[in-house]
Amino acid sequence: MSEVLIPKLKEKFSNIVLDSHSFRGDETVVIKLDALLEVCKYLRDDMGFEFLMDVTAVDYPGREKRFEVVYHFYSFINNYRLRVKVRVPESNPAVDSLMPLWSGANWFEREVYDMFGIRFSGHPDLRRILMYDEFVGYPLRKDYPLRKRQPRIPHPD
Amino acid sequence: MKENIFGKPQTPEIENAEEGRLVINLGPSHPAMHGIVRIIATLEGEKIVDADVEIGYLHRGFEKTCENVTYNQVVPYTDRLNYVSPFINNVGFALAVEKLIGIEVSERCKYIRVIMSELSRITDHLTCIAANAMELGAFTIYFYLIKAREYIYQLTDDVSGGRITPAYTRIGGVTKDIPKDFKNKAKPVLNSIRESLAETDRILTRNRIFMERMQGVGRISKEDAMALSFTGPVLRSTGVPYDVRKSQPYLVYDKFDFDIPVGETGDNYDRYLVRMEEIYQSIRIVEQALKQIPDGPITLEARNVSLPAKEDVYNSIEGLMAHFKLIYEGVKPPPGEVYFAVEGGNGELGYYIVSDGTGRPYRVRIRPPCFALMQGLAKMLKGGYIADVVATFGQINMIAGECER
Repeated sequence: MSEVLIPKLKEKFSNIVLDSHSFRGDETVVIKLDALLEVCKYLRDDMGFEFLMDVTAVDYPGREKRFEVVYHFYSFINNYRLRVKVRVPESNPAVDSLMPLWSGANWFEREVYDMFGIRFSGHPDLRRILMYDEFVGYPLRKDYPLRKRQPRIPHPD
Repeated sequence: MKENIFGKPQTPEIENAEEGRLVINLGPSHPAMHGIVRIIATLEGEKIVDADVEIGYLHRGFEKTCENVTYNQVVPYTDRLNYVSPFINNVGFALAVEKLIGIEVSERCKYIRVIMSELSRITDHLTCIAANAMELGAFTIYFYLIKAREYIYQLTDDVSGGRITPAYTRIGGVTKDIPKDFKNKAKPVLNSIRESLAETDRILTRNRIFMERMQGVGRISKEDAMALSFTGPVLRSTGVPYDVRKSQPYLVYDKFDFDIPVGETGDNYDRYLVRMEEIYQSIRIVEQALKQIPDGPITLEARNVSLPAKEDVYNSIEGLMAHFKLIYEGVKPPPGEVYFAVEGGNGELGYYIVSDGTGRPYRVRIRPPCFALMQGLAKMLKGGYIADVVATFGQINMIAGECER
């Protein structure tokens, strides 16, 4: 599959798209962190991406901007997928929440917050989802040890 | 009282404690909750005005574990995602890694994977309908359908050697070929499923009690379902004909003739009807696949991907080396990232894999279909009655293993 959307997005957002690649038919664009909502609004309203299929993050310790938040979009009318990534620094791990555009972003963003400690500004209910509240640290970060144990939590009653 | 980072009180008991309201806690362990999940419902009389769904009781750190094992060692873990349809998880993971490496498996292997996936889909839907009907009082249906499911388990057990945790696929193929008498054995099994479905249909579909418990309950609109990232039977019940098998056919799904049933109203009854029809469609696919399946190898002949034949391992140094390297270092896909989705029992099951060129995945992310469905549960429950929780939750078909990984 050749590149279909990348040229179009590059033209439209010439100073926002930082990087792009197409690997095994998956088109990916890396965009500027503060332009996320703008690009996603365009994707939803003008390019027909009705589905926010997935939100996740990848930890790259040692990079200048440590985290990558990865969004997978799917357009049912055009039957097309697109991956959008933003790079997030460790010093201030915060991304705009996509809740205003897709209510489905809710739990996906909560999970990323839970696992990586990346905050989503504008999310109305950002709390841990899979781990318990007393859990210390973020388990999917690469520096969280695989076999680390945490103390048992006494029952609240 | 704990406060989250926005300083909002975390316990809905306090938020919603108004005059005449009652906050009750369903779960985490409740007889009608398959899987452990907690619903904190605020009631006004018998009506639910607010609901908070809490998951995370079965989180086992799947994604973290995957980063520390080789690609083939991930396969047994995928069994434990949706343990009602394990083959689909196996197939999805194998296909994602194969996409990452850039290989395609043999034609026979593709057919075997389709057959096993569809049998798995049938078990998934059978379990969902059976449990849902039982919780609404129709216990007979449970026995009819679970018996039918047992026949499929026996059939897939013959193939893979495992009832619930088969670990059937490998990167580049499957572990074993289907037995010689598989076609003959499959025929009566598929017929008995048809019979069980017909019986269920006679008892349940026009049953007044069942219809009144299901119709108009747990309704969700097309727009809401799409905004909430719903997929699978729940999305299709609202009228959106999105099915990965049709939209983006993988394996050999484009060679079969099958339909995607859709509902109209997006209520529980439509979901039930969609699931029933999908079982018939899956049976159709299996029958066509069994007719078309070609002979040939089941694994790819590539030393850097699949294990060499045992004769090679014992009789040649090259074979031994390939075996050793594959076991110790694992398959090594090139650096890159892929997303691959298959149609799971509950909807789009996506695998996002990042490789750094070593034998272990840098990151494996599962896009679990019921995670998205569960976040919509609160919306579907609001405005309904407390007794409808069971019906709606049953039709969501939450599988905790997949939802929480």
